[in-house]
Amino acid sequence: MDPVGLAYLGAGLGAGLAIIGAAAGIGRLAGSAMEGIARQPQSAATIQTAMLIAAALIEGIAFLALVICFLMSLK
Amino acid sequence: MTETEAEAAIDAAEHGAGGFDPGASILHHIVDSNYLEVPIINYKIQLPQIHLPEALGGLDISITKHVVMMWIACGILLLAFTVAARRRSESVPHGLRNALEVMMAYMRDEVARKSIAVGPDRFVGYLMTTFFFILTCNLLGLVPGMATATGNISVTAGLALMAFFMIQMGGIREYGVIQHFKNLVPHGLPLWLVPVVFVLELLSSFIKPFALCIRLFANMMAGHVVILAFISLIFILSEFWYAVAPLSVAFSLFVYLLEILVAFLQAYIFTMLTAQFIGMSVHPAH
Repeated sequence: MDPVGLAYLGAGLGAGLAIIGAAAGIGRLAGSAMEGIARQPQSAATIQTAMLIAAALIEGIAFLALVICFLMSLK
Repeated sequence: MTETEAEAAIDAAEHGAGGFDPGASILHHIVDSNYLEVPIINYKIQLPQIHLPEALGGLDISITKHVVMMWIACGILLLAFTVAARRRSESVPHGLRNALEVMMAYMRDEVARKSIAVGPDRFVGYLMTTFFFILTCNLLGLVPGMATATGNISVTAGLALMAFFMIQMGGIREYGVIQHFKNLVPHGLPLWLVPVVFVLELLSSFIKPFALCIRLFANMMAGHVVILAFISLIFILSEFWYAVAPLSVAFSLFVYLLEILVAFLQAYIFTMLTAQFIGMSVHPAH
């Protein structure tokens, strides 16, 4: 197989895997946050802030992976 | 390939000669360049290229598109806050002053004062400046004909460098240099763990601003790439443009609206995380 084609395949697979990880992380996070808010609606604001920060941390890493894949596919 | 040849190739890909190259076209809209583009009439304004003399290292300090965008953002902010501050005699704020005051009060009360336990008001000025600057740059990127300065990794690296200095200087000012670095290791650890934790925490104090930099850059870049990819679909599937075009435009409009949310969210996240890190450095856990 053509090595350039394999590189494209790697970039695409990498992007997919990165998204799976980030989706699992953010899904869990949002689920737990919803549960927390449902149990204690009065602390919704605090939970939301904490959730946003954690989501940003997960997302930052996912984006780092995506940027690597993007650069790989443009080489 | 030299720079001009690369530009010519991008131009050709952009404007139809010899087929459409989505990769080149998308990159062309994201990367920095040394001219400003005026949309619709397709006019290019050349910007001055400045190189430092060889004696000073021959550094390239040309004024580029993103630099101009940052100047525009600064101009907008100066103008908006001057106008808003002129109206401070009003007993009930309304209009521009009201809009800015809501965000400023939120930054002070919810971000600075809740994240930084000791002396938060000292950092409010820095946090607000960062927030409004990033927000304006992000939103400027969504105006047709403008560019996203925060979608350039050099710009976000500069912002992250400032955040790094604020985090470190905050801690050093509070505790002095030696105690600041001692604070990296929590109390009551077994002795053999202390060097390991110290090295890890030292690394993490560099990784934190690095992550800030990458997060902002990647978020702003990714949104634009997605919009451009949807638009590029029309040209890639040009035989079925009548079916693809409405869907593409609808999806890119949706992503565009999402980008407005992301612009606010990323400005908020950058400031919030900086505030949290400053808080950790100023008032470490014992």
